[in-house]
Amino acid sequence: MRYLPHTDQEIREMLKTIGVADVNGLFSSVPDSLVFKRPLDIPPALSEIHLRNHLRDLSRRNAHGEEWSLFLGGGCYSHYIPSSVSYLISRGEFLTAYTPYQPEVSQGTLQAIFEYQTMMAEILGLEVANASQYDGSTASAEAIRLAVAVKKRRKALVARSLHPEYRQVILTYLKNEGVSVEEIPFTPEGALDRPALKKALDRETACVVAGYPNFFGVVEDLSDVAEAAHAAGALLITSTPEPLALGIFRSPGEMGADIAVAEGQSFGNAMSFGGPGLGVFACRKEYVRSMPGRLVGETVDAEGQRGFVLTLATREQHIRREKATSNICTNVALCALAATITLALWGKQGFKELARMNFDRSQDLKERLAALPGLRIAFSGTTFNEFVVLPRQKPTDVVAKLVDDKILAGIPLWRWYPELAEGFLVCATEMNTDEQIDRFVAALRRLP
Amino acid sequence: MSTGGRGFQFQEPLLFEISREGRQGFSLPSSTKPRREPPEALRRLNDPRLPELSEPDVVRHFTRLSQWNFSIDTNFYPLGSCTMKHNPRVNEEVARYTGFAHVHPYQPDETVQGCLALMHALERYLAEISGMDAVTLQPAAGAHGELTGILLIRAFQTATGNPRRKILIPDSAHGTNPATASMVGYEAVPVKTGREGRTLASVIAQEMNEDVAGLMITNPNTLGLYETEIRDICDIVHSKGGLVYGDGANMNALLSKARPGDAGIDVLHINLHKTFTTPHGGGGPGAGPVAVKKTLEPYLPVPRVVQKENGFAVEHNRPQSVGRVKSFFGNFGMLVRAYTYIREMGPEGLKRVTELAVLNANYVRARLKDSYHLPFETGQMHEVVFSDKFQKENGVTTIDVAKRLMDYGFAPPTIYFPLVVFGAIMIEPTETESKETLDRFCDAMIAIAEEAKKDPELLRKAPYQTKLRRLDEAKAARELKLRFDFTNKR
Ligand SMILES: Cc1ncc(COP(=O)(O)O)c(C=O)c1O
Repeated sequence: MRYLPHTDQEIREMLKTIGVADVNGLFSSVPDSLVFKRPLDIPPALSEIHLRNHLRDLSRRNAHGEEWSLFLGGGCYSHYIPSSVSYLISRGEFLTAYTPYQPEVSQGTLQAIFEYQTMMAEILGLEVANASQYDGSTASAEAIRLAVAVKKRRKALVARSLHPEYRQVILTYLKNEGVSVEEIPFTPEGALDRPALKKALDRETACVVAGYPNFFGVVEDLSDVAEAAHAAGALLITSTPEPLALGIFRSPGEMGADIAVAEGQSFGNAMSFGGPGLGVFACRKEYVRSMPGRLVGETVDAEGQRGFVLTLATREQHIRREKATSNICTNVALCALAATITLALWGKQGFKELARMNFDRSQDLKERLAALPGLRIAFSGTTFNEFVVLPRQKPTDVVAKLVDDKILAGIPLWRWYPELAEGFLVCATEMNTDEQIDRFVAALRRLP
Repeated sequence: MSTGGRGFQFQEPLLFEISREGRQGFSLPSSTKPRREPPEALRRLNDPRLPELSEPDVVRHFTRLSQWNFSIDTNFYPLGSCTMKHNPRVNEEVARYTGFAHVHPYQPDETVQGCLALMHALERYLAEISGMDAVTLQPAAGAHGELTGILLIRAFQTATGNPRRKILIPDSAHGTNPATASMVGYEAVPVKTGREGRTLASVIAQEMNEDVAGLMITNPNTLGLYETEIRDICDIVHSKGGLVYGDGANMNALLSKARPGDAGIDVLHINLHKTFTTPHGGGGPGAGPVAVKKTLEPYLPVPRVVQKENGFAVEHNRPQSVGRVKSFFGNFGMLVRAYTYIREMGPEGLKRVTELAVLNANYVRARLKDSYHLPFETGQMHEVVFSDKFQKENGVTTIDVAKRLMDYGFAPPTIYFPLVVFGAIMIEPTETESKETLDRFCDAMIAIAEEAKKDPELLRKAPYQTKLRRLDEAKAARELKLRFDFTNKR
C-alpha cells in the first residue's frame, strides 16, 4: 500500500510502546457485536496503472467541450482557463493546506483571500466580500437569511427569472425558518415585472431577489427596483450566475443593491459537471457582522509587520454554535484562489475585453439565429452571453438531433418553465470558434 | 513596497501594490465579430480596480505566497478531527481529465454516462462502507451534509405527523451540529458528556421524549473515543420516535472495522475531504455526501442518479424529496477524487488505513502521556486529546504550546476544541505518517513541555521562526480592514 509508510518491524515496536499485543487490541472499545467482520463489498484494489486506465475509460464515456461544440450555459460556463491557474493551484502548499486558523503559518492563503475579497467587492461594487460560499445557489439562500436577520421580517420576493435551481435551494433552506417566499413574474422582455413587484412589496418584505443577468441571460437596470425595495424598507439582493457580464454592465452596487451574490465558476474554475462552484458573497459594510462565512482581515504581528488573519470569528459556528449566522465551515477556498489568479491575469483591461468579446459573439449568434425561418428569440431585452430560443420543433428533439453532429445545443426549459416549454437556452462564449458557430447555425437551419 | 528581501527571505506586497498601468497577463483570441454597443443605461460606470500584471508577475506572486503556507505536502499536520492525510496526486490527475473537467451539468444523459456511472458506483461504495442503504452526493461539505440530514429527519417527522421541536447534541460536538439544527428550525439541546468522555445511554434516556426529533452524535466522538453505548442510545431514541444523526467526520477510525449503520444510525454525513483524500485547498472545496437507511430514502434531495436498462439517467421526479440543497450534482470534482481513492485502496487497503490511523494515535498517546495531561483514561481511536493542565502550573497555556510547535516545524494541533476539555490539544496523526515523523513530533512536544518548566517566557512569545510573529487578532477585529484601501496607493 503505497500511501502507508509502516514497516512490520515498526508496527511491532509501536504496539510494544503502546502495550497491546496486536492491532486488533486497539479496537477493544468497539463492542464485539458491532465489529464488522466480513470484507467490504467493494471492488479489489487497482494498481496506479490500472486505476488511470479505468478512470480514463470512464471519462471517455462523456462528451466534453474539447471535442464537442458546447452551447450550454445556465449557470455553468465554458471559459478559457489560463495554464498558470491550474499550475499554481496545484502547488501542494496551496492544495494541501488546511483552513488558515493558525495565521503565522498560513499567510499565503490568507493574503490570497484578502486579495480575493478586494476583487469581489470591486467587481460587485459593494464594500465587503467574504471568503466564499459553496456556490451561487447557497449564496443566494444565505443572502436571504441575512436580509431576514437584519430586517427582522419574514417575506422574500424572488424573481421567477432567477436561476430555477437557485430558487429550489432557497426554498429548501428557508422553508423551516418561517420565511415565506413569493415569486415575481417576468415580462415579455424577460425583465422583472415591476407592477407585480410593487403590488407584492409590503411592510413584511425583507428583500427582493433578482437575477442579474437573470437565468434567460437578460440584463436589466435594477435601480428602480432598488428604490422601490428601499422605500418599502426592504433590501435588494442581486444574484449573478455569470459575473463576467460585470466587465461591461453596471455593477450591483452601482444600481443600489445591498447584497450581491454570484457564481464565480466563470473565473478560472472548470465546469467539472457543475461542481465545485464558487459562491461569491458581498454586501454593505453595515451588515458585515451578520454575514455568513469566513472573513480575512489585515493586522500586524508582534513586530509591527503587516499580516492577515481570520476575523470576526464570533459570528461563526465554531464559537457561536446554535446562534451562528450560518453553519458553513469548509467553503471553497481553492476555487476562490483560482478566481483570484485568473482575475490577476485578465487584469483590469482583460476582464473588460473578455466580457465585451462574449457580448459581441453571443449578439452575433442571436441575430443569425433570429434570421432563420421559423425560429424566434423569446425575449426582447438586452442579453449577455445567453438567450432563449424558440425553435419550430420540440427543444428536446433539437438537442437530440444535434448530438449526432457533436453539438450540445442548448438547455430545454420545460422542466422549470411550462410557459416556456417551447424554448431552450443557448450560450456562446470565447470558447466557441467561428467555425463552431457557423456549423451550429447551419445545423439549426437544416432542421425540418 | 518592493518585491525585494534579504537573502531568500522575501517580502511579497499585495497584487494591487505591484500593479502597473498597461500590463496584462492574458491573451484574447482575435474576434471577427462586429462590435456591438450595450445600451448606455446599462453600461458600467466605474471599472473594477483589478490589478494590471504580466504573467511572470502573477506566477511569481502566487508561488511566493504559497511558500508562506504550511501544508500536508511539506510537513506533518496533526490537526484533530480534520484528518489531514496525504492527498494522492493520481486523484488530481484523473479529476482533470478533459472527459470530467470539461463536462457541462446540463448535457443530455446519454452524453454523460461516465459521470453518472462514477456517481452511481460511489454512492454504492459509501453505502457499503457506512452500513447504510442509500446515498446522496449533492452536499458540498460536512456542514452542508448535516443540513441535508437534519432536513431529512424533519421531513420524516413531519410526514409522521409532527416535525417536533428539539435535537439533542452532546456538548462535545462540533459547532456545526448546533448551528445546523437551528438552521432547520430546531432547538439544539446540549447533552452532557459522561465523566469517561462518552455519551451515556442513561442521560439520553432522561432527555429523550416525544418533543425530540432526533439526536446528533459523532462516533468516534470529538475526544477520539468510540461511543460504547451507541447501540443502546440508538434504541432509546428510536423507542420514542426519534432518529439518530451520525456526524461521520471521523470515518477514518471506522473503515471496515465498524459501520455506523450497523449500530443503529439512521442518517450520516461523510466528509470526502477528510477520510477520502480530497485535498483541503486551504478551506475547501469539500464534499459531504449523506447516507441514509431505507426509511429516509424517499426524502433525499433531487435529482437522483438511477440505473435504467439502457444506462444511467437523472431522475427529478421525487415528490417526497426535501428539495435541492445545491445547484447541479454537488462537487463532482471531489467525487472523482474520492472514487479514485476507494478504487486504489480496495477493501483490504481501507481496513489497513483505519488500523494504522488508530495505531498512530495510540502511539502518540503513549509517548506523550507523561508530558501532557490526559483527561480520559480509556482506549483511544484515531485521535487523542490532551490538556494544558501540567503546563498551566508554569503559566504556559495551550496556545503557547501550539505557537512554539511551529518553531519545531510542525503545524499546531487543533486547540481549545472540544470545548469540554479545558485547554484542549487534539492530535490526529492519520495513517500516512511514518513512525519517524511521529517520533520527531513527539520529541518536539516533549522538548516543549521541558521548556515550559524552565523558560515559560520563551513559549509565551513564540513563534520565532515563522514568516511573521504572533499576529494581533484583536486589532483585526477592532479596526476591520477587509479589503485593500486604494486611496493609499502611491
Ligand atoms: C466532527 C465534525 N463535524 C462536522 C464538521 C464540518 O465539516 P465541514 O467543515 O466540511 O463543513 C467537521 C469539520 O470541520 C468536523 O470535524
